[in-house]
Amino acid sequence: MTSDLGTSSRTDQAARPDTGPARGRAGRAPRLVLAAALLLALVAVPFVVPSDAANLLSRILAFALLAVSLDLLVGVGGMPSLGHAAPFGVGAYVAGITAKELTALAPVQLVAAAVAGAVFSALVGWLIVRVRGTYFLMLTLAVAELARTAADQWDQVTGGSNGLVGIPAIQVVPGGGPLLLAGFRYWYVLAVAALGFGLIVAISRSAFGRSLRGIRDNEDRMASLGYSTFRVKFTAFVLAGAFAGAAGSLWTVQSRFVSPADLGFNVSAMALLAVVIGGRGRLWGAILGAALVIFIRDEVGAQLGGRGPLLLGITFIAVVYLLPRGFAGLRLHRPGRKDPA
Amino acid sequence: MTAVLSCTNVTKQFGSLKAVEDVTLSIEKGARHALIGPNGAGKSTLFNLVAGTLRPTSGAIMLDGVDVTRRSAAWRSRAGLAKTFQHSSLFLSLPVADNVAMAAQRTSGQGMSLRRPAHRLPGVDDVVAECLAATGLSGRASRPVSDLSHGERRQLEVAVALATRPQLLLLDEPTAGMSAAESGRFAELIESLPGDVTVLIIEHDLEVVFRLAERISVLHLGRLLADDDRESIRQNEQVQRAYLGDARPEDLFHPAAGL
Ligand SMILES: Nc1ncnc2c1ncn2[C@@H]1O[C@H](COP(=O)(O)OP(=O)(O)OP(=O)(O)O)[C@@H](O)[C@H]1O
Ligand SMILES: [Mg+2]
Repeated sequence: MTSDLGTSSRTDQAARPDTGPARGRAGRAPRLVLAAALLLALVAVPFVVPSDAANLLSRILAFALLAVSLDLLVGVGGMPSLGHAAPFGVGAYVAGITAKELTALAPVQLVAAAVAGAVFSALVGWLIVRVRGTYFLMLTLAVAELARTAADQWDQVTGGSNGLVGIPAIQVVPGGGPLLLAGFRYWYVLAVAALGFGLIVAISRSAFGRSLRGIRDNEDRMASLGYSTFRVKFTAFVLAGAFAGAAGSLWTVQSRFVSPADLGFNVSAMALLAVVIGGRGRLWGAILGAALVIFIRDEVGAQLGGRGPLLLGITFIAVVYLLPRGFAGLRLHRPGRKDPA
Repeated sequence: MTAVLSCTNVTKQFGSLKAVEDVTLSIEKGARHALIGPNGAGKSTLFNLVAGTLRPTSGAIMLDGVDVTRRSAAWRSRAGLAKTFQHSSLFLSLPVADNVAMAAQRTSGQGMSLRRPAHRLPGVDDVVAECLAATGLSGRASRPVSDLSHGERRQLEVAVALATRPQLLLLDEPTAGMSAAESGRFAELIESLPGDVTVLIIEHDLEVVFRLAERISVLHLGRLLADDDRESIRQNEQVQRAYLGDARPEDLFHPAAGL
């Protein structure tokens, strides 16, 4: 899996047209209608499903934001990170600690987590984005493992291997009641995740997003055109870290518990799996991928007595063989159809 | 008047091979200058040294009187230098228009902008439309580069370079792979560039060379063999021998081949 992402991303991307920012306007209205309908359906969910399902959906949305932020890095920017759980976990811890020590106000926790994810990514990205290929894979992996070890050892702050417990339920407005019901919590997570997706899509469609695609396709040429490729990659790395941190805070809102495993390789690998299943560089595809990954791990896996990871592995192999471009690749065969980014 | 580009005793060594050896060359502002020489003469290597994608083993390179020997390729690009690549170097998964916009948005200082959708950047689309029209690619704007023919990719290389609004334009065998019609349009395009734009062109097609260039430098085995005006180069026996070995000069400088 690692070598696949490391070596073939360029050729793979080269094989398919990525209309990216220059997308035509035709075919956009139906997509907007579809997105609006989907959003409405998601808003209505707590009225029709039991709270267990609302909790599952909250987890999916938080994880989907992580996966989409990773897709900005991997699919749009061509930087295959094996350690995206690190800024996610940092955000989760910072949100949890903020909740315990400072305030139950969720927006404050969210901003603190996003800033923490960004700062963490800036500190490590300063070095990491200077290398390419296998070195990039190895450095991201190593940094995330270090972060996990730190979370495990730093008992006073993180609760060590027991995890951070006793995180209070969130409040959304000052003086408002704590959100104890799964449905309300879900609405908060949905609102933040939707905002996050919207922002990432806007980034991907901006001039900066185009520059990032340019670096994915041909970094040397970008330098020849006068770009500071370091600046572009570093900015993308920090932005992806900020959104991963925000996703971490959503995770904490839902689970009210953080453990070192949340920074672990498993989470990074699952996020990467979601991106690959969804189709690299297709942002919305990563949402579907995240839904499938979490559903298989938490629901199907639980039914099969903890064989979730095995099932995920099989899913991964099946997707690679049957849908080499992920879910998003399914519609590429329709001629004249523009792709989303 | 300072030269737009000057190379002083520039040498580039790959292992034991001196690909470029002790080249001293100076190009005036607004010149139309050709660099010719047989395969492996070191022409592309010299271009890479000038553009900053390679560092010389020794010697100095100045742009507009500024020593840029230690400057990056990106720095030199921002200083007004643009180069096309002998082997097209494009953004293969992106549409043709985005390839050109990539250059235009950087030149207009918007390459890092997060503010608005890329297709609504002020000033960029006009430049893209203009550069695509100039290279005959208007009809292909929304196609992915992978759909383009070889000749069209060569045209796109030129369009991308032009979109940076260069002061010094380096063209590495731009017409290789173009049809005769495309090649003719290319020559017209270069002739139509503003007079203050300096053009340095590597070209094997001598018809194009004699049509576009007033001065010609000849590189042979890494060394500068001659650097003179068009007519003198045409008469230069050393040049003819370097190019043709034992073949007859008429094969090279045939009356049909240009002037
Ligand atoms: N990166 C490199 N490493 C080692 N040798 C190189 C490298 N680049 C070029 N060379 C060698 O340097 C010499 C000059 O190559 P260069 O590409 O500059 O020639 P050229 O004049 O552009 O030829 P052509 O007309 O075929 O494009 C050749 O012998 C080539 O093999
Ligand atoms: Mg060459």
